[in-house]
Amino acid sequence: MRRWRSAPSTAAPVAGWYPITPSTSVVEEFEKYCGRLRIDPGSGQKKFAIAQAEDELAAIGIAIGACWMGARAFTATSGPGLSLMSEFLGLAYFAEVPVVLFDIQRAGPSTGMPTRTQQSDVLAAAYASHGDTKHVLLFPATPKECFDMGALSFDLADRLQTPVIVLSDLDLGMNDNLSEPLHWDDSRQYDRGKVLSATQLDELSGRFGRYLDVDGDGICYRTYPGTHPAKGSFFTRGTSRDEYAVYTEDGDAYQRNMERLLGKWETAKSLVPAPEFHPARKATSDGVLFFGTSTASTLEALDLLRDEHIHLDGLRICAFPFSDAVLEFIDAHDRIFVIEQNRDGQLRKLLIGECEINPRKLQALTYYAGMPITARYIRDAIRSGVGGGQVVPLRRQTAGVKP
Amino acid sequence: MTYIRPQFRHPNLPANELGFTRRDYEGALSTLCAGCGHDSVSAAIIEACFELAIEPHRVAKISGIGCSSKTPTYFLGNSHGFNSVHGRMPSVATGANLANREMIYVGVSGDGDTASIGLGQFAHATRRNLNMVYIVENNGCYGLTKGQDSATADVGSASKKGDPNPYEAIDLCALALQLGATYVARSFSGDKAQLVPLIKGALAHSGFAFIDVISPCVTFNDTPQSTKGYEFVRDHMEATGKMDFVPVRKEITADYEPGYTQEVTLHDGSVIHLYKEGADSVRDRDAALRAVREHKRRGRILTGLLYVNPDSQELHHILGTVKTALRDFGEADLCPGSQALANINNSFR
Repeated sequence: MRRWRSAPSTAAPVAGWYPITPSTSVVEEFEKYCGRLRIDPGSGQKKFAIAQAEDELAAIGIAIGACWMGARAFTATSGPGLSLMSEFLGLAYFAEVPVVLFDIQRAGPSTGMPTRTQQSDVLAAAYASHGDTKHVLLFPATPKECFDMGALSFDLADRLQTPVIVLSDLDLGMNDNLSEPLHWDDSRQYDRGKVLSATQLDELSGRFGRYLDVDGDGICYRTYPGTHPAKGSFFTRGTSRDEYAVYTEDGDAYQRNMERLLGKWETAKSLVPAPEFHPARKATSDGVLFFGTSTASTLEALDLLRDEHIHLDGLRICAFPFSDAVLEFIDAHDRIFVIEQNRDGQLRKLLIGECEINPRKLQALTYYAGMPITARYIRDAIRSGVGGGQVVPLRRQTAGVKP
Repeated sequence: MTYIRPQFRHPNLPANELGFTRRDYEGALSTLCAGCGHDSVSAAIIEACFELAIEPHRVAKISGIGCSSKTPTYFLGNSHGFNSVHGRMPSVATGANLANREMIYVGVSGDGDTASIGLGQFAHATRRNLNMVYIVENNGCYGLTKGQDSATADVGSASKKGDPNPYEAIDLCALALQLGATYVARSFSGDKAQLVPLIKGALAHSGFAFIDVISPCVTFNDTPQSTKGYEFVRDHMEATGKMDFVPVRKEITADYEPGYTQEVTLHDGSVIHLYKEGADSVRDRDAALRAVREHKRRGRILTGLLYVNPDSQELHHILGTVKTALRDFGEADLCPGSQALANINNSFR
């Protein structure tokens, strides 16, 4: 079932997009649902605006422009589009403009296999753009999670004032999936983050500083254009600036800003979805890390292996930045398979780099032929000990039998 | 060096009907080269907004990258601005406008930003008829990177580097006319009397208002061999005619000399008076295109209001969006709620 594609319709009034397989249906379904659910009953006019752009650069530019103006907005794309959006993602990171991007990954590089699935945009998304950039990533595993994380992504983007990229893939975005019913809590309020109203600006003593870290969490207060006749205006720019949004090439001001962005990144760790722990039935020093559409196959593989008395703890990573629980899991195990659908073990590399893990501890278990990864493939790979090192069945271990 | 403007105000500065003085429309001090045409354009924008009594905070200034794109810092300091990425101002302006149709959008770009890296975005913002003023400060060269020819440099024109440009020039007004812009004008940064009413008309116009302002680069492209230098432009510009702009709030009175040949009433009721030579209507797109080409063939630069369609239907009209700003919608308008979701769930069973 493809019902998850209604996700953005709970939150955003503006979308910019450019058609690309397999992400096209995200905006097409959004438009379909908006056409049913967001028409002004009196006038028959639309309470949403969708712009089909000339390319992916413009698509994300439209979304960023709308977010800067104070609306929630998103775009959707796939691998080649992500490459084109990189410059704008860097702008949104540095200028601190919220924006949501749904990346429905397909097999790359280049045009690759556009109608086959992969999880191969992890690194490109995590570090999209030149310079020191990092982006918040969400990894849904089911249609229901696409819906839930879709709604969450807008809250996170507004709260953190930064791009949030939802990394789905072709398997989830185009193939038919069974899904739990979607759920919405009618009492839920949007989190629009730190935005000053005209009244708050009037009450403000002293000068408004767009990039002043008043609360010490790395997140500053912003204003929407047109809020107040005399207060709160500032210049949004991709160039370096001081705390008052004034252009500067002063090295100290630049570094203070970059350090604050790192502080904000720390704040993000506590806001993104925590990883999901799947303990083995018996204590084990072996584990598996996985994410997104590798989840169902991995959980099935763990069950199959358990029947063979091979026990591994599992941890599903749901977001980047990695929360402390991910590091604790890695610390608590001697050998960990990192399961993912790409050639180079991109999540593994991200873990090694971001958490400073000994690479030998993390073994890549990859599959990237373009069809969804299967439980049997994972089971066989773990069973035969991918990348050297044999996983020892606990029964033999306890019986003292050499492997 | 500091770029903070002194706060001193002359006590008798004239105020507009909202009580704002010209100072209220100024920005930070310019860091561009002394004599740069762009500063004159900033001054013309300030003048137009002052005279039209636009509330400064209702303007959103958007630009790309380049000397011209730096200028929004130098006017309307009480307006929000967005200095985006090179050549991408039109998409940012599109998104902002979709989010809030109630602001006035002023985009400032350059010939590199618009005619080269941003040509695609310029073309598509034009054909969307995005409701904005799009000003190109056109000097035929790349100033920030020290004077390379741009795509609007005429064949044979030579900058300070000395080599005549061998490539065909892109005429942005001709392009805008072909792509469906609904207000097209060309002017010269040295002709404030012409530029200010053109900007006023553009601000009042509903739809994509494009003004190509030839704005000489004194540092790299003000040579005797350049067709974008002060001397050449002064000697070769030819105006379509004199133009007056009458805002909607003012009655048309005898202040305006009789004898104008054309009168265009814009959507908000303001009026453009044209004292124009020739019989061609300023509402005739084909005639405008012909006139631009004909002048170019004769080595002349045609300036003034080239074309206007006062009945233009801007992007929000095309999309059929509500009259209010989309950004003002909260959960009540945007969230269909659990019952609607239950229906969606059921539709998949």
